[in-house]
Order: sequence, then structure tokens, then C-alpha cells
Amino acid sequence: MRFTNVILQTATKVIVFIILTFALQVLFSGHHNPGGGFVGGLVTASAIILLMLAYDSRTVRDVLPVHFRRLGAFGILIAVLTGCAAMLAGSPFLDQVFSHVELPLIGDMELASAILFDVGVFFTVIGTTMTIISAISEDE
Amino acid sequence: MSPIVLAVFFPFVSALIVPILFKVLRRIHTGWFVLAVPVLLFGFFIRFYPIDGPEDIVVQSAAWIPRLDIEFAIVLDSLSLLFALLITGMGCLVVLYSIFYLSKEREALHNFYVYLLLFMGSMLGAVLSDHMLVLYTFWELTSISSFLLIAYWYQRRNSRYGALKSLLITMTGGFAMLLGMLMLRAATGTYSIRGTIALADTLAEHPLFVPAMALILLGAFAKSAQFPFHIWLPDAMEAPTPISAYLHSATMVKAGIYLVARLTPIFGGHPEWSWSIAIVGLLTLLWGSFTAIRQVDLKAMLAFSTVSQLGLIMSLLGVGSMALAPDAANGQAVLLSGAVAAALFHLVNHSIFKGCLFMVIGILDHELGTRDIRRLGGLAAVMPVSFTLTVIGAFSMAGLPPFGGFISKEMFFTGMLDAYRTLEGWTLLLPAVAWLASVLTFVYCMILVFRVFTGPKPEELPDKPPHEAAFGMLISPSVLAAAVVLLFFAPNVLSGTILKPSMRAILPQAAEAADGFHVHLAPWHGLTTEVGMTAGVVLAGAYLYRRRHWLERVRDFVPWRWTLNRLFDRTLAGMERISLKFTRFYMTGFTGHYYAYIFGFLILLAGGALLALEAWQFDFSDNAPVELYEYALGISIVASAVYMLFTRSRIASIIALSAIGYLVALLFIIFRAPDLALTQFVVETISTALFLLCFVFWPKLKDEDVRMPFRVTRLLVSVGTGAVVTLIGLAAIAPRPFESIARFFENSDELAGARNIVNAILVDFRGFDTMLEIVVLFMAGLGVYSLIRFGREGRKDG
Repeated sequence: MRFTNVILQTATKVIVFIILTFALQVLFSGHHNPGGGFVGGLVTASAIILLMLAYDSRTVRDVLPVHFRRLGAFGILIAVLTGCAAMLAGSPFLDQVFSHVELPLIGDMELASAILFDVGVFFTVIGTTMTIISAISEDE
Repeated sequence: MSPIVLAVFFPFVSALIVPILFKVLRRIHTGWFVLAVPVLLFGFFIRFYPIDGPEDIVVQSAAWIPRLDIEFAIVLDSLSLLFALLITGMGCLVVLYSIFYLSKEREALHNFYVYLLLFMGSMLGAVLSDHMLVLYTFWELTSISSFLLIAYWYQRRNSRYGALKSLLITMTGGFAMLLGMLMLRAATGTYSIRGTIALADTLAEHPLFVPAMALILLGAFAKSAQFPFHIWLPDAMEAPTPISAYLHSATMVKAGIYLVARLTPIFGGHPEWSWSIAIVGLLTLLWGSFTAIRQVDLKAMLAFSTVSQLGLIMSLLGVGSMALAPDAANGQAVLLSGAVAAALFHLVNHSIFKGCLFMVIGILDHELGTRDIRRLGGLAAVMPVSFTLTVIGAFSMAGLPPFGGFISKEMFFTGMLDAYRTLEGWTLLLPAVAWLASVLTFVYCMILVFRVFTGPKPEELPDKPPHEAAFGMLISPSVLAAAVVLLFFAPNVLSGTILKPSMRAILPQAAEAADGFHVHLAPWHGLTTEVGMTAGVVLAGAYLYRRRHWLERVRDFVPWRWTLNRLFDRTLAGMERISLKFTRFYMTGFTGHYYAYIFGFLILLAGGALLALEAWQFDFSDNAPVELYEYALGISIVASAVYMLFTRSRIASIIALSAIGYLVALLFIIFRAPDLALTQFVVETISTALFLLCFVFWPKLKDEDVRMPFRVTRLLVSVGTGAVVTLIGLAAIAPRPFESIARFFENSDELAGARNIVNAILVDFRGFDTMLEIVVLFMAGLGVYSLIRFGREGRKDG
């Protein structure tokens, strides 16, 4: 089933990038403001779903050649590895650390290992959501 | 982190790199890279050799889960060092051998070496851990890696069967062991083995002492293939031969022996412990050697021989542990402790000669394509090196000079004779059974040597013309054979440096009383009873070997109906049948039923908790006034819900459901929970998209003709769920029976550097929960994927 809706498709091309930018913003602002990996992942997934609705799943697969199951596994791997990194430093598994650094131009910047963990959550959520949705949508 | 902890994790980390090496450097056999791991580890552990006195014992630890009192506590004493050297030393030889055994073109080497390294790391962890739960974890990891290695050629049905059998039996034992360890913890309050040993005197009074002992023994017996759990070991021979040599004769099956030795200071003085180990060991020894004679497959013969030799070591440990009995006189204790020295020495000997034999059988299998005795014969002329190696290995196993096995066999006789001399009762049976089993051992050793390598060529020739193996394949067994001879002429290489301190680790109380042990091994002690017994073994064995036609008739001695294997198969099939019946009973295939279960449990658990915690109190005095738009939102939500129930169109009910979701999100905004609102909005959007995707597959809504009782159940469940959830909501704002933990989270900026409390809870305070949640989420995604993708294919097949 292939249907073409020019208005939707044209709008999608612009909107998708806005949503994706917003998703990244949500992901990284989660440390201090509303947001985080889970929501960020869901917003990203919704952008891809919008693409799928406007075009079709095959086009989306050509544009985004991402293996979503591997992406999900990759996310879990990041989350687990950040936990193990804490062990290498001698602290218990999943102990998170943070520190402030002074960067030129930007000023005070906080670096937290929790953000890395959140990136893992982010990838897992995208991977899982898209695995489910593409499995259903590609089922004949 | 301490170096020994890193050494334990080294194989695990290397296992991550192996698949990459296999993919990238296909032209070089992956085994060459893997070989570095045991070589480095062996070099690492040999630096600690010898661990003489208590001052040399290395204690290191790394935190793991401090809240639960779980840490990587490593204690490297002489006994652990003995095993660590065995694991890494045999590991070197086995990996070297496997390079020539497994073809780099045809085999899935990355799987093989990943599993092998997984095993090596977990076995090292098991013998080095002082913490019982960590030991248990590594113990089960060895079972898992053994499972994976047995099923390495998973296309074969027998491999899968053998793998499953070994896993089920060793894991059942392992689970019993875990229970035993938890009981010990309940009695002592510590998970540390050293800590428990320190409390051993008072422990015996505890009512859980004997049950804990029985359960731990169950685990040790299952792992070390003792009768009647031995049935998994012969089926484990489906693994590639390097694995049989490594896991199933030299290391993993000795884990049970290690555990018994390690825990002897706790349980040793009690007759229940000593006698059950001694009797089970002797029974296993006798049955294993008897069954070995009847085998026609060389590997099966070696498997039963391993079973019987493990029984031998076990029985020696049982006899030796009697040295700790409170009523044992000093001289008696010293005599009995000789059995422990024999056990340790034979353990080393057995690993060496059995490893050598397995490797030679692997060569036969590799070069001739068969292991069937009936198709082999007269090979000595074509395979002179293999023949020599077999002679050395088999004669050592039979207990003949000038090989290491002779000394340990003599020590075995001495141990059993000492038990007969010092203990009262029917103890004459001990040396008698030992002698009989040795005769049987002698017979199958002779079959191994002479039936295969001498005599006429068989009528039915092997698949490939016989020829000697490649040079590389002969290196490892030759090293082992050299060690067999070395151990005869210089047995004291081991006695002072590793046997004596290990004995002190096994029998600490007796060591104190006797002021240290004196261990001196010698091939010749003059004309003793033991020499007479050995001569008798040779004579009777030779006679029986001559008369082996008679033995071939005993092959079907036990009818299949009565065997343990059949019992195992029947039990397994029966359990599957019962669980299928039970599952069919409640898995009806109706979503309505499943919802009834889920919500029914919610009512019971949540409602029950409300009652049990006496949270059944409400207090509305502190509530803020309800604003107009809050009323509006609430009424809209109720209206949408009611509309959804009574509409006849699917699309309308989806829209109503989404409306509820968005309205709830609005409520979140009003009540200043932006995180929740954001998530709720996105979830609603995505689930609406999901509904749209599934829309095509749904049947039309129609009036369901359901029976009255079911309607009543539905009504009860839905009303009950609503009531319980409402009550929880109301109770939440009432004064609580316990203190709130919210105060802790309010410090998130200081503790986690995050000003968003919700996120700090998710990724930092409760990070472990989140990690497991994303794992569950991902698994659910994979579940949906495989149901849709493969469920359909499966249905096509069926």
C-alpha cells in the first residue's frame, strides 16, 4: 500500500529535523531540566514514525540504514559499560560521578557519567520502539 | 583493584576480543592468540609458588555489592594455588592441542574460544573466591560454559542432549549447594569461608548444620560426577576432545572435590560427612571402573574411568577428613591425614595422565575417524608415538611403575589400609573395595593399550587409513607424558611445596595438633602390604583381561529398563508433560482471561498490602481546594472513559483512549510534574500510532456472547481494580505508617550533581533498576519481533 500525500511529506521533511533536534535537547537537558534518555528516545522514535507514516517503511529503511535491534543492544551495552567503568575505578557497580570543568567561551560545564548512562537508555528505547513498530508495520 | 581479581577477569575480557580477532585475522588460527591468556596467567600464578605458611596466604578483595555484603574476596592459599596452576597449566596445553585439532577453515572457532575463556575465568574465580555467593556464581558459570562447550557441535542431536543433561544435573546440585550455603550463613552470619571455618567449633550445635552439610555435598557430588549423578559425564563426551580433556577430566569435574576439600575444616570432624563421602566415593570408584570395561567407545571408556578416578579421590578425602574427628588420637589423625596427601597427589596425577590419554584418543578420532574399539587394532606399528603415549598414560592409571600413578595408587592403598587398621567396624571393606576396583581399572587400561594398538587388524577398517598425527598435536600429550614419568622419579617436587601446605588448609585443626605434617613421597617403601596388593592387582587383572570374552557378556548386565539414564529421561519427560498440562490449564489464549489474572493479582496484592500495613486511613484536612479547571479535566476524563466503553466503533474508542491519555498529561502539567507530562505526551502519541498500525488486523467489534459467570467475574475484577487504585491514591496523601524517603532525593544536586530530581533518581540513585528495566524493555521488544516474524513461520510449518 503506497499512498502519497504531498503536504504531509513536505511538512515532514522539515518537522522531522525539528523533532530530532528537540529530542537531543530533551536527552541532554535531562540532567537539570525535564527530560532524559527515556523521553528523548521516545521523541526520536516518534520522529521516525512520522517519517514512516508520511512515506513508507521501505523508504525509511533506505534513508535510515540503522539496524534497530542492534541499536537497542548497543544501548544496553553502553549502560552496562558505564556501570563497569565505575568498578574499574574501585567504586561499586553503577556508581555515577560528576565534576565541573571550565571551558573557554562556554564557561562552567558539568560532566556527569550519568549522562552517558542516559545515552544508553536513549538508544535502547529507540531500538526497542522501532523494533516493535517496524515488525508490526512490515508484517504482511 | 587488586591484581588477582584482575587475573580472574582477564579471561572474560579476552573473550570479548576473540570474536574480533577471528573475523579480522582469519588467516591465523585464533587459538594462537588465545594461547597467550593461559600462558600469562600461569606465569602470574607461578610467582606465588610456593605458599608455605599462613603468612604467605594472599588475601585481596574488591567491592561488588557492599549493601548485600557481597564482595570479591580472594584468598590464595596453597589449595587454591594448586587448582589455579592446574587450570592455567592444563589450559595452555589444551589450547595448544586444540589449534591442531580444530580446523580454522571449517570450525566456528570464535564460539569455541569464547566459551573456553569463559570457563577458564569462571573456574579460576570458583577456586579463588572466599565469599560463598561469589563462589556459587562462578560455579554455575562453569556449568554454563560446560553446557555451551558440550553443545559446540549443536547440529548433532546427541550434543544437545548431553549438554542439557549435564546442565540440568550440575545446576540442580548447584542449587542445593546454594541452599546449603545460605543455611550456613543463617547459622554463622557470614558468607566468608574463612570466617565460617573460624566458627566451626560452635557451628555443629546449630540445627541447620546437618541439612547444610547434606545440601552442599549434593552439589559437590553432582559436579564431580559421583554416583548416582555420574550419568551426565559420559554424555558430556560429545564435546570436542580438547574440552573433554580440559573440563571433563582435569578441571571442572574436580570442582566438587575442591569444594569438599575446602569445606573439610568446617564439616570434617563429623562422621556423617566423612562416611558419606567415603562411601559414595568408593561406590563411584567401583561402579565407574566396572562400567568402563563394558564400553566399546574409547571416549566413553575414559569418561567412566574419570568417574571412577573421581570417586577414588573423593573416598580418600572422606577417609582423610576423619583425622578431624574429636575422638581421634594424635597418631591416628596423622595416619588418616595421609589419605588427604594421597587425594591431592592423585588429583594432580589424574589430571596429567587422563589429559594425556584424552589427547591421544582425540588423535585417534581425528586421524582415523573412529573411536570404536571394534574397528581399531594393530596400530602400534603405524602410530608409534601415540602408542608410547598411551602406554605411559594407561600404565600410570593402572598404577604400574615407573609412572606417577604407581605412587598415588600405593598411597591410596595405604590410606584405605590405615583406615582399616585404625577404625572399628566393617572397615575391612574399604581396602577390599579399593583392591577390586583397582583390578577392574587395570583391565580397562589394558584394553586401552593392547586392544587398540596390538593384535590383528580389524575386519571392518576405519574410515581413513591409519597414520601418525601431526607433530603439533603430539606436543601437549608428550609434555603430559613426560610429567607422568617425572612424578615417579621426583614426586617430592610437589610434596613439600604444595601438598603439605594444602593439607594444612584442608585439616587445619589436625595440623596444629600434630605440629605440621610430614609428607615424603617415595616410589619404594620395601615389601609392604601395598606392594602385595599391587602385585595381586596385576595378576588378577591380567587373568581377567585374558578372559575378557566373559566380560563382553556382562556388557548388557543391567537391562535398560533399570538404568539411571532411563530414570533421568523418564523424569524429564514426565515433568514436561505435567508442566504442559498445568500451563494449558491457565494459558487459554483469551486476552480477557489474562487481564482477569493480572488485575485479580493486583487487587489481592495491593489491596492486601493496604490491609496488612494498616494504611487504611485517610486524611483530607490538608487538601488544597479543587479548582474549576481541575473539575473540568476530571469530568472530561470520566466522560471519555465511559464513552470508550459504550462506543461501537473501534476508531472512536481509540480516540477516546488517547483523549484520556492527553487529559491525564494536562493534569500532570497543572500539578507541576513536567517530566511525567512530557513522557505521557510522547507515549500517547506513539501508542496511537501503534494502534493505527495494528488497526488493519483487528476484527470488527461485535456483541460478545459470554456466559453469565464470566460477566460477573469481569465486573468484580474491574470494579475491584478501580476501588483498589482509588484507595491507594487516597491513602498516599494520608499520614504514612513509615517515614518518607523523599528527603533523601531532595539532595540530588549535591549527591548526583543533577538539579532534576526525577532524572537523578532514574539514572543515579536507582540506576540499577533502570538498567534492568531497559534490559526488560529490550527483551520485550525482541519478544514482539520474534512473535511476529517467526510465529508466522512456525504456524506455517505446523
